[in-house]
Amino acid sequence: MSTVLELRDLHVEFGPGRAAVRGVDLTLRRGEVLGLVGESGAGKTLTALAALGLPPRGATVRGSVRLLGTELVGLPARDLARLRGRRIAMVFQDPLAAFTPVHRIGDQIGEVMRLHERPRPTRRAARRRAVELLTELSVPEPERVARAYPHELSGGLRQRAMIAMAVAGRPDVIVADEPTSSLDVGVQAEILAALQDARAATGAALLLVSHDLGVIAGAADRVAVMYAGRVVETAPTDDLFRAPRMPYTVGLLAAVPRPDTAHALTQIPGAPPAPGERNEGCVFAPRCPVAGPECDSTVPVLRGVRPEGAPGHSVACLRPETTAARAAADLYPTSPPPQPRPRGPVTALRVTALRASYRTHRAVHHADLEVRRGETVALVGESGAGKSTTLDRIIALTAPESGRIEVLGQDTAALTRSGARRLRGRVQIVLQDSAASLDPRMTIARIIAEPMEARRTPRDLVAARTRELLTQVELDPRTAGRYPHQLSGGQRQRVALARALAVRPELLLLDEPVSALDVSVQAGIIALLRRLTSEPGSPACLLVSHDLAVVRQLADRVVVMHGGRTVESGTVDAVFGRPRHPYTRALLSAVPDPAPRAERSRPVRPLIPLQDVDLSTGCAFRGHCPVHRRLPAEHRLVCERDLPAPPATDGAACHFPHTDEGVSLRGRPAAKGHPPAQ
Amino acid sequence: MTRTLPRPPGALLGLVLIALLVLYAGVGPYVSPWSPTDVDYGALSEPPGAGHWFGTNRIGQDVFAQTARGLRKSLLIGVFVALAGTAFAALIGTCAGYFGGWTDRALTFLVDLFLVVPGFLVLVVVAPALRGAGWVAYAGALAALGWMLTARAVRTMALSLRERPYVAAARHMGVRPLRIVRRHILPHMTSFLITHATIATAGAVISEAGLSYFGFGVQPPDVSLGTLIADSTQVALTYPWMFFFPTGTLLCFVLAVNLVGDALRSALDPSAAPAEVPA
Amino acid sequence: MAGRALARITRSVTLLLVSVLVSYVIASVALSPRAYFEDRTPRPPASAVDHELAELGLDDGTPVLARFGHWSWRALHGDLGRTLDGGSVNAEFGRRVGVSVRLLLVGTVVGTGLGVLAGVWAAIRRGRLPDHAMTVLSFLVLSVPTFVLALLLKDGALSFNEGVGHTVIRYTGESTPGRGGTWPSRLADRASHLVLPAATVALGAIASYSRYQRAATLDVLAAGHLRTAQAKGLTPGRALLRHGLRVSLIPVVTFFSFGFLALFTGSVFVEQIFGWPGMGSWFLDAAQKGDVNSVVAVCLFAAVAVLLAGLLADALLLVLDPRVRR
Repeated sequence: MSTVLELRDLHVEFGPGRAAVRGVDLTLRRGEVLGLVGESGAGKTLTALAALGLPPRGATVRGSVRLLGTELVGLPARDLARLRGRRIAMVFQDPLAAFTPVHRIGDQIGEVMRLHERPRPTRRAARRRAVELLTELSVPEPERVARAYPHELSGGLRQRAMIAMAVAGRPDVIVADEPTSSLDVGVQAEILAALQDARAATGAALLLVSHDLGVIAGAADRVAVMYAGRVVETAPTDDLFRAPRMPYTVGLLAAVPRPDTAHALTQIPGAPPAPGERNEGCVFAPRCPVAGPECDSTVPVLRGVRPEGAPGHSVACLRPETTAARAAADLYPTSPPPQPRPRGPVTALRVTALRASYRTHRAVHHADLEVRRGETVALVGESGAGKSTTLDRIIALTAPESGRIEVLGQDTAALTRSGARRLRGRVQIVLQDSAASLDPRMTIARIIAEPMEARRTPRDLVAARTRELLTQVELDPRTAGRYPHQLSGGQRQRVALARALAVRPELLLLDEPVSALDVSVQAGIIALLRRLTSEPGSPACLLVSHDLAVVRQLADRVVVMHGGRTVESGTVDAVFGRPRHPYTRALLSAVPDPAPRAERSRPVRPLIPLQDVDLSTGCAFRGHCPVHRRLPAEHRLVCERDLPAPPATDGAACHFPHTDEGVSLRGRPAAKGHPPAQ
Repeated sequence: MTRTLPRPPGALLGLVLIALLVLYAGVGPYVSPWSPTDVDYGALSEPPGAGHWFGTNRIGQDVFAQTARGLRKSLLIGVFVALAGTAFAALIGTCAGYFGGWTDRALTFLVDLFLVVPGFLVLVVVAPALRGAGWVAYAGALAALGWMLTARAVRTMALSLRERPYVAAARHMGVRPLRIVRRHILPHMTSFLITHATIATAGAVISEAGLSYFGFGVQPPDVSLGTLIADSTQVALTYPWMFFFPTGTLLCFVLAVNLVGDALRSALDPSAAPAEVPA
Repeated sequence: MAGRALARITRSVTLLLVSVLVSYVIASVALSPRAYFEDRTPRPPASAVDHELAELGLDDGTPVLARFGHWSWRALHGDLGRTLDGGSVNAEFGRRVGVSVRLLLVGTVVGTGLGVLAGVWAAIRRGRLPDHAMTVLSFLVLSVPTFVLALLLKDGALSFNEGVGHTVIRYTGESTPGRGGTWPSRLADRASHLVLPAATVALGAIASYSRYQRAATLDVLAAGHLRTAQAKGLTPGRALLRHGLRVSLIPVVTFFSFGFLALFTGSVFVEQIFGWPGMGSWFLDAAQKGDVNSVVAVCLFAAVAVLLAGLLADALLLVLDPRVRR
C-alpha cells in the first residue's frame, strides 16, 4: 500500500509559543480509513485543515504535508487550488455553514467538475452529472436535492450532498471533520455508510476526524489518538481498543459510557493544557497517574511497542511498560455502577395524553410519562421526536393545549399565578449548554444565589448555602468569586447543577445535561449525577436525552418518543435488554459502540422510509417500520387501520411487539422470505 | 472572527481631541481677553493675530471667544440629545423586544412611522414654533426625532437576549420579568448603548449645525457652531478665518467622537456594523 | 410569498397614509400661514386674510382634522391644493420632482455602487495600505456634515474656476437658464451642473456603504462556506467572487432603506446650497413662509421615496437570498 498523505512534524501556531498543534506525524495509505480521535482542543480539526493547506486566519503552519509526493506547506495558492478538490477533498462538520446559502446544491457539486475536468463541462452538463452522482450515492430524490438550496434540506441530506461534493472530483484523499456530530444516531449511521460507499466508489483514502470513539471504532482501519496537539498513540483499530498503552487512551476508553449495561466509569482528573502551555515534557504528565520525574523534562516521541505489542502500534509515552498489565480502574478514580432501586409509591410528575405545538407545527401528538419520587426517568428520542417540546410544556407550568400535566400533585391547568410561582421553587431545570445557561456577567456566587433570591431567602443563609453547594458538586469554594468564562465546561455544568439544587427542589429536570461535554469530563458529571440522585432526600429526576449510552448509566426507567408519540416505556433493563417496539430496537442498534469487533459484525443500515404512506390513520411509525413491511397482508391491515394504544406503565405502542426479535432490523433483510413471527 | 482590534492611536487621538475641545469650550471664554459679546470697533474683519487669536468677524467680535461659545452650545445640545435619545430608544426597544406581542407590533409601527417622515423635515417645520422656548426644547425635539434606528437595534438585541438560555433559566426559576430585564437584559446592552450614545453625540452636533445653518436651529443672540458657519459662509473666501475656525472645530469634534465611537464599538461590541450616516 | 408581498405593500400604504396625516397635523399646528398674509404691506384687513386662508383650505377657525379631511378628499382625486401664492401645488410638484429624483437616483446609484466596491476592496486588502486609506477617508467624509461638504466643494469649484479663468465646473442651478441648442448639448450642460451636487450626495453614501460592505465582506471571508469553496479548488479571490460577494451584499441591502433616509436629508441641503429648484429647496422655502399645502406635498414625496426604497431593499433581498423566499 502506497502512502498518499504524509504529515511530518506538523505545527500550527497562533503567534509565537502558542502552538495548538505541536509536532504531528501521520501517514495515510491508499484506500485506508485512518481515524483521528481526540477531545475538544486536541488540535484534530486544525490538523485536518492544515492537511488541505487551509489553516484559519492568523495561524501559521510549520513542518511538512506531502500529498502524493507534493509538498503542500509553502506551495503557492494557485498550485494548492489545483490540487484541492481533485487530489484531496474535505467533508466539513456543519454542512449548513459549509454550503454557500445562495446557490443550489446541484450547482455547488457541479462546480467541482467544472473546476477540474478538461474539457470543461457546461453548467447544464455539470448539473446533470451532479444528479447522477447523488443517485450513485443512493441519496433519495436526487433531482430534488440537486435543485434545493442548502437550508431546504435536512441535516442528514445536506451532509450526504456534502459527501457527494467531496467525491465529485474523484480525489485520492478525503478528509472528513466530525461528519456525524450534531446528527441523530440513525442519521449518523447513514452518513457513515455513505462515506464508506463514497470511499469504495472512488478508492480514496479517508482521514476521519471525530471525538466519538464509537464512530471511530466502527469506521476506521487504524486510529491515531491526539491529545493537546500531539499524536499520543496510534495503532490498528482492534489493537487500540483491545490493548491501549498510553495512559490517556486507557483512561479515555474506560470513560466512554456504553449502552449495553450500566457500568463503572473512569474519570481523568484535571484538564488538558491550553495552547502554548507545557511546551516541555509530556503534555499529559500533569494528569497522568504513572508519570515520573522524566516525564516533565523529556518530550516523548511515538515509538513502537513491539516486541510484545501488535505491529503498527506505537505510543508516545516514556513509561509504556507501566500500563501493560493494568486496567483503567487501577489507574484512575472510578465510580461504581448504580444499584437498581425499587419504585416509590408517590408520583412527582405525571403527563397524560399531552398534545403540544412548536411554533405552528404539531410537535407532540400524544405523550404519557410518569416520574415517581426517588427515581430517574429518561425521556429519549431523536430530534423532532417531541421530547424538547414536552419538557418545555412541563416547565411552563401552564395549561397544555390538550391533555394533563401534574407537577408534584398539582394540575398545571388549575394553577393560579402565585401558585405557579410557589411551585417554581420546587421544580428546577438544568439546561444542555452550560456556557449559555449561566449569565456571563455574573459571578458564580450570584448565579447560584439567583433561585434563592427569587424565593426571598435571607442573605446570610444564601452565602452559607452557596459554600455548601459548591462542596456538594465537588468544586473549590473559591470558585464562587469567578466568572463562567473562567471555568471549564465540566465546572460550568457543576455550577448549573448547584444552582438547580440550591432551593432543594423536589423535581429536577435535566435537559441533555452532559451532551455538550467531552467524554472524560462527561464521566465526572455522570458520576456526580448518580451520586446526587441516589442520596436520601434527593429530587425525582426527568432526564431528557438523545444519548442512549448516557441514559443507560443514569436512569431507572425509560420513555421512548418517536414522531411526537410515546412509543415505549419500561425499566432501563427491560427497554435496553428486550425492546418491544421496532423503533426502540432500531434506535438501540444504531448506537455506535466503542468495541470494534462487535461494531463491525453489526450491520448498521439506515431505516429507509416508505414513500407515499398516508399516515392519517393507523400506526404513525408504519412508514418506517421494518416489521410492518414483512407482515402478512391481513396483519398489515391492522397497522393501517388502528392507532396502537399508548404504552401502559410498561409496554410499547405496537400491534406486534417483539416481532422479529434478534433479527437485524435496520434495512436489508437478513434472509429473504423470512416468515413472520405471528 | 471579524473582530477588528481597536486601533489605539486613533482612539487616543480622538480622546485627546475631545478633551482639548471640552477644555476649549469650558475655559476658552475665560482665557481670552475678549468675551463673546465684546465688540472691538478698532478691529473689524481683522485676520488672526496677537490681539485676536482667531481674528474678528465683520462686526468686530472675537472669533476665538465666539467659537468657544458656539462649541459650548453645540456640545450641550449634542450630549443632551445623545443621552435622551439613547435612553428613550433603550426603553422603547427593550419593551418591544422583550415583551413582544402587541407591544412589539405597536412600537415597531411607531418606529417605522417616525422613519417614513424624515426627522429633518419635521424639525424644520416645528422649529419656528419652538422659537423662544430655549435650547432645551430644541434639543428635545432633536432627540425625539433621532432615536428610531437605535431603538430598532435595541429591539433586535432584546429579542435575541430574551432567547438566551440564562434568561430562560431565570424565568424557570421564578424570577420576575422586571428583575430579569434589570439583571439579565440591560447589563448586556450597556456597552452597545454607550457606543451608540457616543456616536449619536456626533450625529446630534451635525444635525444641530445643519438646522442652524438654515436658520431653523439655535436663534440669535444665542450662537452655535452652525450659526457661526452660516454667518461666515458668504465671506468664506474673502475672510477665510471666520469660516475656518468654527468649521474646523466642528469637524475636529465629530471626527474625534467618531474615532472614539469606532474604537469603543470594536472593543465592546464586535458584532455591530459601522457608523450610521449622519445627516 | 405573494401573501407576504401583499402584506408588506399593505403595511407600506398604511404607513404612507398615517404619515401624511401626521405631517398635515404637525404642519398645520406649527406653521402660521396667517402671519404670511398679515406681514404684507399694506397690512390687509383681517376679513381679507380670512377669506384668502379659506380659499386655500387653511382657515384656522376650522378644526385641523376637518381641514385634513377636506384636503385628503381632494388629494385622493389628485389635487394637492394650492400654494400660498395661489398657484397649483400639483404644477409646482411636477416642475420640481424630476430635479430631485435625478439627484437622488444618481446619488444613490453612484454612492451605493462605489461604496460597495470600495468596501470589498478594503476588506480584501485588510490591514494594508488601501484598507487604511479607505478607513481614514471614510472617517473624514463621515465627519463632515453634508452642508459643509457642499460649501467646501462649491468654494473649491469657485476658486478653481477663478484660477483657470473661465467656468469649468458649474455650481449653481441644475441647467443654464435660457440655453437652447441641440439635446446632446443640453444634456452635457445638465451633466456638468450635476457633477458637484451628485458628488456631495454620493460621497457620504460611499463612505458609509464602504464601511458596511467592508464589515460584511470580512464576515463572509471568515465564513465556513468560503473555506469550502477553497477546499473545492477555487483560489481565494475566485472563492470570494463566486461564493462570498452575493452573501456579503445581504446585510448591506438591509441597510439600504436607512441609508436612503440619510441620503434624502443630505439632498435637501444640497439642493438649497447649489440652488437646485427641487423638492428640498421648495420645502425650506415653504416652511419659512408657512405654506402648509406645499410642506405636506413634500412630506408626501419623502414618504413615498422612503417607502419605495424600503420595498426596493426587500425586493433585492428576495433576489439575493433564497432563505427569505418562503
